[in-house]
Amino acid sequence: MNVQLTAEEKDFLSGAHGEAGAMAMRVVVSAAEMLGAASLVEITSAHIDGCLYHGDGGVEFAEALVAGGGRVAVSTTLNVGALDLLHPEMIRGDAHRVAMARRQMAAYVTLGCAPTWTCAPYQAGHRPGLGEQVAWGESNAIAFVNSVLGARTERYGDFLDACCALTGRAPLHGLHLAEARRARVVVDLSEVPDALKGRDVLYPVLGTWLGLEVGQEVSALVGLPATVTEDQLKALGAAAASTGAVALFHVVGVTPEAATLEQATGDQAPARRIRVTADMLRPALDRLSTVGEGAATIDAVAVGSPHFSAHEFDALTRLIEGKHSLVPFYACTGRGVLVELEASGQARVLRDAGVEIIVDTCVVVTPILPSAEGVLMTNSGKFAHYGPSNTGYEVVYGSLEDCVESAVCGQIRRAEEVWQW
Amino acid sequence: MVRGRIIVAGSAQGELLRLSAPISFWGGVEPTSGRIADTRHPEHGVCISGRVLAIPATVGSSSSSAIMLELIRENTAPAALLLGTADAIVALGVVVAVELGLGTVPVLEVPWQQILDLPAGQVDVAEDGTVRAAGAA
Repeated sequence: MNVQLTAEEKDFLSGAHGEAGAMAMRVVVSAAEMLGAASLVEITSAHIDGCLYHGDGGVEFAEALVAGGGRVAVSTTLNVGALDLLHPEMIRGDAHRVAMARRQMAAYVTLGCAPTWTCAPYQAGHRPGLGEQVAWGESNAIAFVNSVLGARTERYGDFLDACCALTGRAPLHGLHLAEARRARVVVDLSEVPDALKGRDVLYPVLGTWLGLEVGQEVSALVGLPATVTEDQLKALGAAAASTGAVALFHVVGVTPEAATLEQATGDQAPARRIRVTADMLRPALDRLSTVGEGAATIDAVAVGSPHFSAHEFDALTRLIEGKHSLVPFYACTGRGVLVELEASGQARVLRDAGVEIIVDTCVVVTPILPSAEGVLMTNSGKFAHYGPSNTGYEVVYGSLEDCVESAVCGQIRRAEEVWQW
Repeated sequence: MVRGRIIVAGSAQGELLRLSAPISFWGGVEPTSGRIADTRHPEHGVCISGRVLAIPATVGSSSSSAIMLELIRENTAPAALLLGTADAIVALGVVVAVELGLGTVPVLEVPWQQILDLPAGQVDVAEDGTVRAAGAA
């Protein structure tokens, strides 16, 4: 099928924006053909996930764009890389891998991308508005920008994210279009106790369940309080995008395309309605821990997937100030947040308590954890999901309070009563 | 003989390998060896290099494009891909490999039932999107 191109888009193909622009447009048009898109859509922002090292091919691709005179056409942020550029000694790994990862990260900066190195660019000042067309990579960022901000992106992966950024275009399909954004599944949370809805620990579990239940369908969640926080929605989306291909969910009365249930569903009858019960959430909670019944101790704690916000650090500081972690305690965040923590003196308080602040990367995408196996405790649904396969560690899921309490005594401590209703 | 929808055109020959479960290339295939590395996958340990690889569906990470590119770079790629469900992410890795001059792999979308009807053994994938037993007219 032929993709309709504007004169400006054809100029890209003919090399008016250099060889890199032509190559990027060829890739975008190829993707549009594969996806069955009839035309391209102009975008205002991009978030590139392709800066994480998976092999030398990713480096060659980025450097080919640089050699071809490439330059991003829209405001573009960068996801995590494989290195903490500010604290390089934190990363283990062979010299070739480290050198290539550094080249890959440098090439994207040369293309004009902002060196944000964060999976939460939306908490680093990059917040597209309602209805804005964008091309974002990184599953949690995709879920957040679509759901919480109401901007429009499809799920963009390695290479296509960068080619969209260079051309300022994306294939016009899927979630760029209003029709695909209406909820087909209604999730009724009225049976979940209000006390649990007020706790952060619910949201990664709810997201884990949602991803398994709806896969890539758009859902509308009914019955969450208007006081649900941005960090809770971030955690929900990240977990849902780990166990499913969730790129958009609506929270009725909270998110911008869901003032009412009718708005969220586009006034059409949903294909399914699900009433969430304790029996549904319990398996999702259990899935986030892989340690056996008898496990008693932990070897490390990691928080910050997605990257911790300033608010989340405030909560951590309140909990851990004046105490000391007996095990390595990693808090992953963006370098912008670290600047705030250093300025306020909070970084010192955290380090005194034994918290290592990791920036630009995180513990499940690059070797940071001290050994090849052990037990990792986390409050993140995403760390809990990817931890075992990516790090070799068994995982234990708990609230931030549980994580701090466990870190201080080296023993697993979890408040279970909140899950009983 | 079956005819697929051409996602990336090309011709190839190889022994048919039908996966019995969906796969994520990222975390699922080891690019240096071409082996299926996902321990939960039914074909764990099987090498996909040089095979006409039929996959009911791809799942998981969008970084699978990067793994497809690595497979082509490392000469460990399948000879061709027959996808039961079209997937732009894996195919995009092939598009980029072509752009970088590293080579190509034909990619076709073929209804899974038709893939199941293909005979085992060597098959030919042709430029026109047809797949047939090797040597068959």
